[in-house]
Amino acid sequence: MWNWIQKFSSPKYFYDMSAKLIPWFAIPALVIGVYGLYLGLFVAPPDYQQGESYRIIFIHVPAAWMSLFVYMVMAISAGIGLIWQIRLADVVAAASAPIGASFTFLALVTGSLWGKPMWGTYWVWDARLTSELILLFLYFGYMALQSSIEDQRQADKASGLLAIVGVVNIPIIHYSVEWWNTLHQGATVAKFDKPSMHIDMLIPLLLMALAFKLFYAAVVLVRARNEALYRDRNRRWVRELIEKI
Amino acid sequence: MNGSEFNWSEFFAMGGYAFFVWTSYGITLLVIVLNIVMPMIGRKKVISRVKRAIRREQLQQ
Repeated sequence: MWNWIQKFSSPKYFYDMSAKLIPWFAIPALVIGVYGLYLGLFVAPPDYQQGESYRIIFIHVPAAWMSLFVYMVMAISAGIGLIWQIRLADVVAAASAPIGASFTFLALVTGSLWGKPMWGTYWVWDARLTSELILLFLYFGYMALQSSIEDQRQADKASGLLAIVGVVNIPIIHYSVEWWNTLHQGATVAKFDKPSMHIDMLIPLLLMALAFKLFYAAVVLVRARNEALYRDRNRRWVRELIEKI
Repeated sequence: MNGSEFNWSEFFAMGGYAFFVWTSYGITLLVIVLNIVMPMIGRKKVISRVKRAIRREQLQQ
Protein backbone atom coordinates (compact mmCIF):
# COMPACT_ATOMS: atom_id res chain seq x y z
CA MET A 1 0.00 0.00 0.00
CA TRP A 2 2.70 2.46 1.01
CA ASN A 3 4.80 1.59 -2.02
CA TRP A 4 1.76 2.09 -4.18
CA ILE A 5 1.19 5.58 -2.79
CA GLN A 6 4.87 6.39 -3.18
CA LYS A 7 4.81 5.38 -6.83
CA PHE A 8 1.68 7.24 -7.81
CA SER A 9 2.53 10.35 -5.85
CA SER A 10 6.03 10.70 -7.27
CA PRO A 11 6.33 14.05 -9.04
CA LYS A 12 7.63 12.39 -12.20
CA TYR A 13 4.67 10.01 -12.44
CA PHE A 14 2.31 12.91 -11.73
CA TYR A 15 3.99 15.05 -14.37
CA ASP A 16 3.52 12.38 -17.05
CA MET A 17 -0.07 11.49 -16.15
CA SER A 18 -1.47 14.96 -15.50
CA ALA A 19 -0.78 16.17 -19.03
CA LYS A 20 -3.43 13.77 -20.33
CA LEU A 21 -5.90 14.80 -17.64
CA ILE A 22 -5.95 18.57 -18.23
CA PRO A 23 -8.18 18.67 -21.37
CA TRP A 24 -10.74 16.45 -19.62
CA PHE A 25 -11.29 19.28 -17.15
CA ALA A 26 -10.60 22.29 -19.35
CA ILE A 27 -13.01 21.48 -22.20
CA PRO A 28 -16.04 20.66 -19.99
CA ALA A 29 -15.25 23.80 -17.96
CA LEU A 30 -15.49 25.91 -21.13
CA VAL A 31 -18.63 24.22 -22.48
CA ILE A 32 -20.51 24.24 -19.16
CA GLY A 33 -19.34 27.79 -18.41
CA VAL A 34 -20.59 29.14 -21.74
CA TYR A 35 -23.91 27.34 -21.36
CA GLY A 36 -24.27 28.55 -17.77
CA LEU A 37 -23.56 32.12 -18.86
CA TYR A 38 -26.12 31.84 -21.64
CA LEU A 39 -28.79 30.63 -19.22
CA GLY A 40 -27.80 33.16 -16.57
CA LEU A 41 -27.65 36.23 -18.81
CA PHE A 42 -30.28 35.48 -21.46
CA VAL A 43 -32.76 32.95 -20.10
CA ALA A 44 -33.07 33.55 -16.35
CA PRO A 45 -35.78 36.12 -15.50
CA PRO A 46 -34.91 39.37 -13.67
CA ASP A 47 -35.20 39.28 -9.88
CA TYR A 48 -38.44 40.74 -8.53
CA GLN A 49 -36.53 42.83 -5.95
CA GLN A 50 -33.10 43.41 -7.45
CA GLY A 51 -33.97 43.63 -11.14
CA GLU A 52 -31.05 42.83 -13.46
CA SER A 53 -28.33 43.59 -10.91
CA TYR A 54 -28.71 40.16 -9.33
CA ARG A 55 -27.04 38.60 -12.41
CA ILE A 56 -23.74 39.21 -10.63
CA ILE A 57 -24.74 36.19 -8.52
CA PHE A 58 -23.72 33.82 -11.34
CA ILE A 59 -20.07 34.73 -10.83
CA HIS A 60 -20.06 36.06 -7.27
CA VAL A 61 -21.41 32.94 -5.57
CA PRO A 62 -19.32 30.40 -7.55
CA ALA A 63 -16.21 32.51 -6.89
CA ALA A 64 -17.02 32.68 -3.17
CA TRP A 65 -17.68 28.93 -2.99
CA MET A 66 -14.40 28.26 -4.77
CA SER A 67 -12.51 30.57 -2.42
CA LEU A 68 -13.55 28.23 0.43
CA PHE A 69 -13.21 24.98 -1.53
CA VAL A 70 -9.71 25.75 -2.79
CA TYR A 71 -8.66 26.75 0.71
CA MET A 72 -9.80 23.37 2.05
CA VAL A 73 -7.93 21.57 -0.75
CA MET A 74 -4.85 23.61 0.07
CA ALA A 75 -5.06 23.03 3.84
CA ILE A 76 -5.77 19.30 3.52
CA SER A 77 -2.95 18.85 1.00
CA ALA A 78 -0.59 20.81 3.24
CA GLY A 79 -1.66 18.60 6.16
CA ILE A 80 -0.98 15.42 4.17
CA GLY A 81 2.40 16.86 3.22
CA LEU A 82 3.21 17.67 6.83
CA ILE A 83 2.12 14.35 8.31
CA TRP A 84 3.04 11.79 5.66
CA GLN A 85 5.75 13.75 3.83
CA ILE A 86 4.14 13.15 0.46
CA ARG A 87 5.86 15.65 -1.79
CA LEU A 88 3.05 15.78 -4.34
CA ALA A 89 0.65 16.99 -1.61
CA ASP A 90 2.87 20.00 -0.93
CA VAL A 91 3.04 20.64 -4.68
CA VAL A 92 -0.77 20.68 -4.92
CA ALA A 93 -1.05 22.99 -1.90
CA ALA A 94 1.47 25.44 -3.34
CA ALA A 95 -0.21 25.32 -6.77
CA SER A 96 -3.64 25.97 -5.23
CA ALA A 97 -2.76 29.12 -3.29
CA PRO A 98 -2.60 31.68 -6.13
CA ILE A 99 -5.76 30.27 -7.74
CA GLY A 100 -7.64 30.38 -4.45
CA ALA A 101 -6.44 33.91 -3.86
CA SER A 102 -7.72 34.94 -7.29
CA PHE A 103 -11.17 33.46 -6.59
CA THR A 104 -11.25 35.21 -3.21
CA PHE A 105 -10.33 38.50 -4.86
CA LEU A 106 -13.08 37.91 -7.41
CA ALA A 107 -15.67 37.16 -4.71
CA LEU A 108 -14.75 40.37 -2.88
CA VAL A 109 -14.76 42.59 -5.98
CA THR A 110 -17.97 41.25 -7.50
CA GLY A 111 -19.62 41.39 -4.07
CA SER A 112 -18.54 44.99 -3.74
CA LEU A 113 -19.93 45.81 -7.19
CA TRP A 114 -23.19 44.13 -6.22
CA GLY A 115 -23.28 45.82 -2.81
CA LYS A 116 -23.07 49.35 -4.18
CA PRO A 117 -26.41 49.37 -6.05
CA MET A 118 -28.20 47.13 -3.50
CA TRP A 119 -26.86 48.32 -0.15
CA GLY A 120 -25.65 51.77 -1.18
CA THR A 121 -22.03 51.02 -0.29
CA TYR A 122 -19.08 49.18 -1.82
CA TRP A 123 -17.87 47.92 1.55
CA VAL A 124 -18.96 47.40 5.14
CA TRP A 125 -16.82 45.96 7.91
CA ASP A 126 -19.30 43.25 8.77
CA ALA A 127 -18.50 39.64 9.64
CA ARG A 128 -18.99 38.10 6.18
CA LEU A 129 -16.94 40.63 4.27
CA THR A 130 -14.23 40.90 6.90
CA SER A 131 -13.78 37.13 7.27
CA GLU A 132 -13.59 36.78 3.47
CA LEU A 133 -10.93 39.50 3.41
CA ILE A 134 -9.01 37.58 6.10
CA LEU A 135 -9.21 34.54 3.80
CA LEU A 136 -7.46 36.57 1.08
CA PHE A 137 -4.72 37.51 3.56
CA LEU A 138 -4.35 33.85 4.60
CA TYR A 139 -3.69 32.97 0.95
CA PHE A 140 -1.21 35.84 0.69
CA GLY A 141 0.47 34.72 3.91
CA TYR A 142 0.84 31.18 2.57
CA MET A 143 2.33 32.47 -0.70
CA ALA A 144 4.68 34.85 1.13
CA LEU A 145 6.00 32.04 3.33
CA GLN A 146 6.42 29.78 0.30
CA SER A 147 8.46 32.31 -1.62
CA SER A 148 10.48 33.81 1.23
CA ILE A 149 11.88 30.64 2.84
CA GLU A 150 14.81 29.31 0.84
CA ASP A 151 14.71 25.70 2.04
CA GLN A 152 11.71 24.04 0.38
CA ARG A 153 10.94 21.66 3.25
CA GLN A 154 11.01 24.46 5.78
CA ALA A 155 8.83 26.58 3.50
CA ASP A 156 6.28 23.75 3.21
CA LYS A 157 6.25 23.27 6.98
CA ALA A 158 5.75 26.94 7.84
CA SER A 159 3.20 27.70 5.13
CA GLY A 160 1.40 24.40 5.74
CA LEU A 161 1.02 25.21 9.41
CA LEU A 162 -0.42 28.62 8.53
CA ALA A 163 -2.87 27.01 6.09
CA ILE A 164 -4.05 24.49 8.71
CA VAL A 165 -4.48 27.08 11.47
CA GLY A 166 -6.38 29.29 9.03
CA VAL A 167 -9.04 26.59 8.57
CA VAL A 168 -10.83 28.02 11.64
CA ASN A 169 -11.78 30.94 9.40
CA ILE A 170 -13.78 28.71 7.02
CA PRO A 171 -16.80 27.96 9.28
CA ILE A 172 -16.67 31.56 10.44
CA ILE A 173 -17.16 32.73 6.84
CA HIS A 174 -19.98 30.26 6.24
CA TYR A 175 -21.94 30.97 9.43
CA SER A 176 -21.08 34.68 9.67
CA VAL A 177 -24.42 35.64 8.12
CA GLU A 178 -26.27 33.73 10.85
CA TRP A 179 -24.09 34.57 13.85
CA TRP A 180 -23.86 38.31 13.33
CA ASN A 181 -26.05 41.08 12.00
CA THR A 182 -25.06 41.84 8.46
CA LEU A 183 -26.11 43.48 5.24
CA HIS A 184 -25.15 40.30 3.43
CA GLN A 185 -28.07 38.09 2.55
CA GLY A 186 -28.32 34.62 4.09
CA ALA A 187 -27.68 31.35 2.32
CA THR A 188 -29.99 30.65 -0.61
CA VAL A 189 -28.61 27.32 -1.77
CA ALA A 190 -26.39 25.65 0.87
CA LYS A 191 -28.95 25.04 3.59
CA PHE A 192 -31.05 22.16 4.78
CA ASP A 193 -34.36 23.51 3.49
CA LYS A 194 -34.87 23.46 -0.20
CA PRO A 195 -33.06 26.35 -1.90
CA SER A 196 -35.10 29.56 -1.86
CA MET A 197 -34.36 30.36 -5.45
CA HIS A 198 -36.24 30.05 -8.70
CA ILE A 199 -35.19 27.00 -10.69
CA ASP A 200 -34.36 29.15 -13.76
CA MET A 201 -31.84 31.02 -11.62
CA LEU A 202 -30.63 28.01 -9.64
CA ILE A 203 -29.65 25.91 -12.67
CA PRO A 204 -27.29 28.51 -14.24
CA LEU A 205 -25.83 29.16 -10.77
CA LEU A 206 -25.05 25.49 -10.24
CA LEU A 207 -23.68 25.17 -13.80
CA MET A 208 -21.37 28.13 -13.22
CA ALA A 209 -20.25 26.62 -9.92
CA LEU A 210 -19.44 23.36 -11.71
CA ALA A 211 -17.59 25.24 -14.48
CA PHE A 212 -15.50 27.11 -11.90
CA LYS A 213 -14.64 23.84 -10.17
CA LEU A 214 -13.57 22.19 -13.43
CA PHE A 215 -11.58 25.28 -14.34
CA TYR A 216 -9.76 25.08 -11.01
CA ALA A 217 -9.01 21.39 -11.59
CA ALA A 218 -7.45 22.17 -14.99
CA VAL A 219 -5.46 25.18 -13.82
CA VAL A 220 -4.20 23.58 -10.61
CA LEU A 221 -2.82 20.69 -12.67
CA VAL A 222 -0.96 23.11 -14.96
CA ARG A 223 0.47 24.95 -11.96
CA ALA A 224 1.32 21.74 -10.10
CA ARG A 225 3.25 20.49 -13.14
CA ASN A 226 5.35 23.67 -13.12
CA GLU A 227 5.85 23.34 -9.38
CA ALA A 228 6.89 19.68 -9.73
CA LEU A 229 9.45 20.61 -12.41
CA TYR A 230 10.83 23.46 -10.35
CA ARG A 231 11.13 21.50 -7.12
CA ASP A 232 12.88 18.61 -8.85
CA ARG A 233 15.04 20.88 -11.01
CA ASN A 234 18.22 19.16 -9.79
CA ARG A 235 16.90 15.64 -10.27
CA ARG A 236 17.67 13.53 -13.26
CA TRP A 237 14.12 13.10 -14.60
CA VAL A 238 13.69 16.88 -14.94
CA ARG A 239 17.13 17.28 -16.54
CA GLU A 240 16.40 14.59 -19.09
CA LEU A 241 12.98 16.01 -19.81
CA ILE A 242 14.18 19.59 -20.24
CA GLU A 243 17.00 18.59 -22.58
CA LYS A 244 14.40 17.11 -24.91
CA ILE A 245 12.29 20.31 -25.00
CA MET B 1 -37.62 40.33 -25.90
CA ASN B 2 -40.02 41.04 -28.75
CA GLY B 3 -40.53 37.87 -30.74
CA SER B 4 -37.77 37.33 -33.26
CA GLU B 5 -35.61 40.46 -32.65
CA PHE B 6 -33.48 40.31 -29.53
CA ASN B 7 -33.09 43.76 -28.00
CA TRP B 8 -29.34 44.07 -27.52
CA SER B 9 -29.30 47.65 -26.21
CA GLU B 10 -31.78 46.67 -23.52
CA PHE B 11 -29.63 43.65 -22.76
CA PHE B 12 -26.47 45.74 -22.37
CA ALA B 13 -28.30 48.33 -20.26
CA MET B 14 -29.02 45.63 -17.61
CA GLY B 15 -31.99 47.60 -16.28
CA GLY B 16 -29.72 50.51 -15.34
CA TYR B 17 -27.13 48.33 -13.61
CA ALA B 18 -24.85 48.01 -16.66
CA PHE B 19 -21.77 49.44 -14.92
CA PHE B 20 -21.97 47.03 -11.96
CA VAL B 21 -22.90 43.93 -13.94
CA TRP B 22 -20.45 44.38 -16.82
CA THR B 23 -17.57 45.48 -14.61
CA SER B 24 -18.12 42.30 -12.57
CA TYR B 25 -18.14 40.13 -15.67
CA GLY B 26 -15.17 41.98 -17.17
CA ILE B 27 -13.02 41.51 -14.07
CA THR B 28 -14.04 37.85 -13.96
CA LEU B 29 -12.90 37.39 -17.55
CA LEU B 30 -9.60 39.09 -16.71
CA VAL B 31 -9.01 36.85 -13.68
CA ILE B 32 -9.78 33.74 -15.75
CA VAL B 33 -7.43 34.81 -18.55
CA LEU B 34 -4.65 35.60 -16.05
CA ASN B 35 -5.17 32.20 -14.41
CA ILE B 36 -4.54 30.60 -17.81
CA VAL B 37 -1.70 32.83 -19.03
CA MET B 38 0.37 33.10 -15.83
CA PRO B 39 1.08 29.38 -15.43
CA MET B 40 1.97 29.22 -19.15
CA ILE B 41 4.57 31.95 -18.58
CA GLY B 42 5.60 30.16 -15.39
CA ARG B 43 6.30 26.99 -17.35
CA LYS B 44 8.56 28.85 -19.81
CA LYS B 45 10.42 30.42 -16.87
CA VAL B 46 11.03 27.08 -15.15
CA ILE B 47 12.24 25.47 -18.37
CA SER B 48 14.63 28.30 -19.26
CA ARG B 49 15.94 28.35 -15.69
CA VAL B 50 16.75 24.66 -15.72
CA LYS B 51 18.29 24.96 -19.20
CA ARG B 52 20.56 27.75 -17.97
CA ALA B 53 21.59 25.66 -14.96
CA ILE B 54 22.44 22.73 -17.23
CA ARG B 55 24.56 24.95 -19.49
CA ARG B 56 26.39 26.47 -16.54
CA GLU B 57 27.25 23.03 -15.19
CA GLN B 58 28.50 21.89 -18.60
CA LEU B 59 30.80 24.93 -18.81
CA GLN B 60 32.23 24.23 -15.37
CA GLN B 61 33.13 20.67 -16.25
